[in-house]
Amino acid sequence: MSNKSDMNIMVDIRAAEKDFGIVMALKGVDLTVFEGEVVLIIGPSGSGKSTLLRSINRLEALTGGQIFVDGDPLVGPEADIRKIREETGMVFQDFNLFPHKTALENISLAPMKVKGKTPEEAKSIAQKLLERVGLGDRGESYPGQLSGGQKQRVAIARALAMEPKVMLFDEPTSALDPEMVKEVLDVMLDLAQEGMTMMVVSHEMGFARAAADRVVFMDEGVIVEIAPPDIIFDHAKEERTKKFLKHIL
Amino acid sequence: MAPLDKQGGTRIEVTDGALLPTRGDGRIIDSWRITIAFAILALLTLLFIAKDPYDQIFKVVVKGAPLTFGVTAGAILGSIVLGLFTGLGQIARGRVLNLIAGVYVELIRGIPLLVQLIFIYFALGKFFHLSGFPAAVIALSICYGAYMGEIFRAGIQAIPRGQMEAALALGMTRGQAMRLIILPQTMKIIIPAIGNEFIAMLKDSSLVSVIALRDILRRGREHVSRTFLSLETYAVVALVYLVITLVLSKMVASMEDRMNKNEQ
Repeated sequence: MSNKSDMNIMVDIRAAEKDFGIVMALKGVDLTVFEGEVVLIIGPSGSGKSTLLRSINRLEALTGGQIFVDGDPLVGPEADIRKIREETGMVFQDFNLFPHKTALENISLAPMKVKGKTPEEAKSIAQKLLERVGLGDRGESYPGQLSGGQKQRVAIARALAMEPKVMLFDEPTSALDPEMVKEVLDVMLDLAQEGMTMMVVSHEMGFARAAADRVVFMDEGVIVEIAPPDIIFDHAKEERTKKFLKHIL
Repeated sequence: MAPLDKQGGTRIEVTDGALLPTRGDGRIIDSWRITIAFAILALLTLLFIAKDPYDQIFKVVVKGAPLTFGVTAGAILGSIVLGLFTGLGQIARGRVLNLIAGVYVELIRGIPLLVQLIFIYFALGKFFHLSGFPAAVIALSICYGAYMGEIFRAGIQAIPRGQMEAALALGMTRGQAMRLIILPQTMKIIIPAIGNEFIAMLKDSSLVSVIALRDILRRGREHVSRTFLSLETYAVVALVYLVITLVLSKMVASMEDRMNKNEQ
């Protein structure tokens, strides 16, 4: 991403705090993500990285601070949470496909019910997206009949069907058998190359080096370090970052 | 009532005191088979070997079956509707809704069904006239609605959180997510529990005989008052109920088995 100054700010996180009562998951996080940028968020478990991601579409409500998604505030009286959720696609660690619906129905449901598309339009969108994730012939399959990698690709297609401005990936490959990780990462890589704004909680270093513009290292509810992947992996500044990377590399 | 799975597993364990025989364990001789064989043999012996007066009693008594089934079917529908709203009320985010649903459940579970039935038919009858059939359906619906509410609540809570989150993340409202995503999955897992409620209700429907509805039991009582054949008549009544509930319980069990198989 060459020149950030003339690029749109897509996600603007300001002093985000999340207090779960027993633990403070986010202790004042600031992060700006530009349109078309791919940001990878890494950190030990409990560092607040998933909470941060889930705050962006308010699956977790912040207890302090503010987030803007394409200029729209997430907190406060003017916040239109459904609009923001329409504009942010989310992919979950355990897929969360709707088990009582076919792959095609999983994808076409929200375009019909939320965007008011006709069933024909929605179905054709869904079919195109299935083909895009390499599952054009599995539209009639139920989630129970798909492998983990296939499920996650359907889940990505489902999120894309809402034509989101930003895609949030919450550990998208952590629940997958190793041989299925690549098929999911390939889809994500394509998306990144097409210019989708992406925030990805993941420790897939190969993906980071291939697609990420910046890597964010979080620990204990704060951002410790932000740098491009090659720099953070090879020449991290902070001791905590180095220590963590030594564990996972 | 059913202590349902609070941990969020997808299976609801129902161990209702009102429930019928334990499920077959796959062996040729199980308790269900022994009981149904006994019931059918006894009934056949009475009807075709002993004959008089049993064949006459049987003819009279089974005339009450349509009413028994009618009241039960009407009340199961009523209690599903009430139970759905009660279950939703209990898990709703509004404290007032929680309390309304909670008080309804406490209130109804604390009053015997027979008392509720008599109250609705006779006491409320002072203000507006209710004929027997609607009174019975309403009373049974209100009573079972409270139990059904618990089934719906547990069923809804058994659906993994991620389903609601995925629906919300796609921009659906909570109502849409509930209607399109959560409830269809809930219905599927609570069908066996509803089947068991149906059986329990079919038995409890015999209470409607006190408000002069001519169900199986009432027909029997009328027959006894004419003929004084109390032992013979009530033996047939009991056997008729037994055969009906045993057959239904087997149907519920096999439905449950088929569903479990489909899961895999």
